[in-house]
Amino acid sequence: MKIIDILHLIHEYKVYDDDEQEVGSVRALNDVTLSLEEGSFVVVLGHNGCGKSTLAKHLNALLLPTEGMVYVCGNNTQEEDDIWKIRKNAGMIFQNPDNQIVGNVVEEDVAFGPENIGVPTEKMVKRVTEALKKVGMEAYRLNSPNQLSGGQKQRIGIAGMLAMRPKVILMDEPTAMLDPSGRKDVLNIVHELNKKEGMTVVLITHYMEEAVDADRVIVMDGGEIKMDGTPREIFSRVDELKNYRLTVPQVTELAWELKKEGVDLPDGILTKEELVEALCSLH
Amino acid sequence: MQLTLKSVSYVYNSDAVEPRYAVKDVSFTLNKGEFVGLIGHTGSGKSTLVQFLDGLLKPTSGQVLCDGEDIFEKGYPLRELRKKVGLVFQYPEHQLFESDILKDVCFGPKNMGCSQEEQLERAKKAIALVGLDESYYTKSPFDLSGGEKRRVAIAGILAMGPDILVLDEPTAGLDPAGRDEILDQVERLNKEEGIGVVLVSHSMEDVAERTDRILVMSGGVLQYDDTPRNVFRHREELAALGLDIPQVTDICHTLRDKGFDIPEDILTVAEAKEEILKVLKKS
Repeated sequence: MKIIDILHLIHEYKVYDDDEQEVGSVRALNDVTLSLEEGSFVVVLGHNGCGKSTLAKHLNALLLPTEGMVYVCGNNTQEEDDIWKIRKNAGMIFQNPDNQIVGNVVEEDVAFGPENIGVPTEKMVKRVTEALKKVGMEAYRLNSPNQLSGGQKQRIGIAGMLAMRPKVILMDEPTAMLDPSGRKDVLNIVHELNKKEGMTVVLITHYMEEAVDADRVIVMDGGEIKMDGTPREIFSRVDELKNYRLTVPQVTELAWELKKEGVDLPDGILTKEELVEALCSLH
Repeated sequence: MQLTLKSVSYVYNSDAVEPRYAVKDVSFTLNKGEFVGLIGHTGSGKSTLVQFLDGLLKPTSGQVLCDGEDIFEKGYPLRELRKKVGLVFQYPEHQLFESDILKDVCFGPKNMGCSQEEQLERAKKAIALVGLDESYYTKSPFDLSGGEKRRVAIAGILAMGPDILVLDEPTAGLDPAGRDEILDQVERLNKEEGIGVVLVSHSMEDVAERTDRILVMSGGVLQYDDTPRNVFRHREELAALGLDIPQVTDICHTLRDKGFDIPEDILTVAEAKEEILKVLKKS
């Protein structure tokens, strides 16, 4: 089933001069058509300024189309009455965890969303507990968020979103400011939510390694979708990716370099295990 | 210029029964023109260390010496030191504020009391050093891409003529090509201009490929201070500290375990390719 449907989406940012007069516009998204399956894990790649963050903001009606349509869980983002339904269904996590934390105590922060939509207190406690459990941060319930590491803060951000019980998790470079172990923690949690809870995940990232376990990888450039396929399909096209200012994981690059030298390896190797096995069989 | 940290410690809540060490008994010397990587998970004490280097933070105990002189001695010209040690914080582009780039880069020299002529001279040189041409002088910082903004911010520091450039995660949030551009630029400053570099990074691949020496912090303690080759031999120990080794180093370790005759201190894809080809040709 389709959970997100984007039809011929165009987004233009208006450009103003110093006197706040409109002097033109920049097209950030150019005729994007895309549907996402419910329960899928989709990674969006693309260089800075390619339009991927603009696209993500359309998926929970933070931005509205200049032209075209966006449907999230069957609701049109341009229907004003449905905006809160959409935002409840599609939660967004941004790059900097500090910008999304509002509470002085972890549990207060997690409760902020449901509080805003009027969830009664007794249900709230349950929701907060559940959400903290899912991100493995129960023990920090009464801590102050400013004592947590970046990865832990990001997990609190995710818990706050989960407390809204969304169907779609939108993440815009959620790991850019985290250290390797924080990055792993956040990714593991998102993968678990995808597998166990069947949540749809849209992850925007500059780390190619994070795309390896996705169901689908989308590459954007100049406001358009340029590549769309499984990680294996996408990462087989090394030259094309480099053209779009992207790269491939080191393991894929090594396999690709070896292949160019005539070593008989399969296309699009994505993991260390695959490469080691393939090389061992040649050895 | 030579900077030495001598048994430096920094304690939070020093009045408490159990004081918490942010940095504990760390000693090392940064030599002229060295390219040093500083790695460690969040909270390992990296940022605290970095702030000692230009006297932003005074250690609770221990000494910071610049060319043999204690920088916290009464009467030491800290202002001079801060011109010589250029700190580039995370997301330095957030600190751009002037209406055009030339003015923004002039800000440092202006504060140093340089004449207008010298300000311009320094700024123009710094802008050229980060690989931007004259057409950028009159552009607004806000019209640039993420990578360009960051380069302008680095130019702002370079205009003060530092001997050592300390960069806190200079590539966070940039696309892969943008990451390479910034790091190539930094490497050139080091190789061609002889500017010493301390690169704080979460990317093991980057520090492995680019630095001469790596400092590994964990729990406020300096765990390793060695060449990249020697540091990344410690696969298990680093994993226990929440750190990785470069993916390609990891692949080579595993191939070795499987009986491939290749060195365990491979750091780059190019090296790995060569060694693997050698082994395959023999068999």
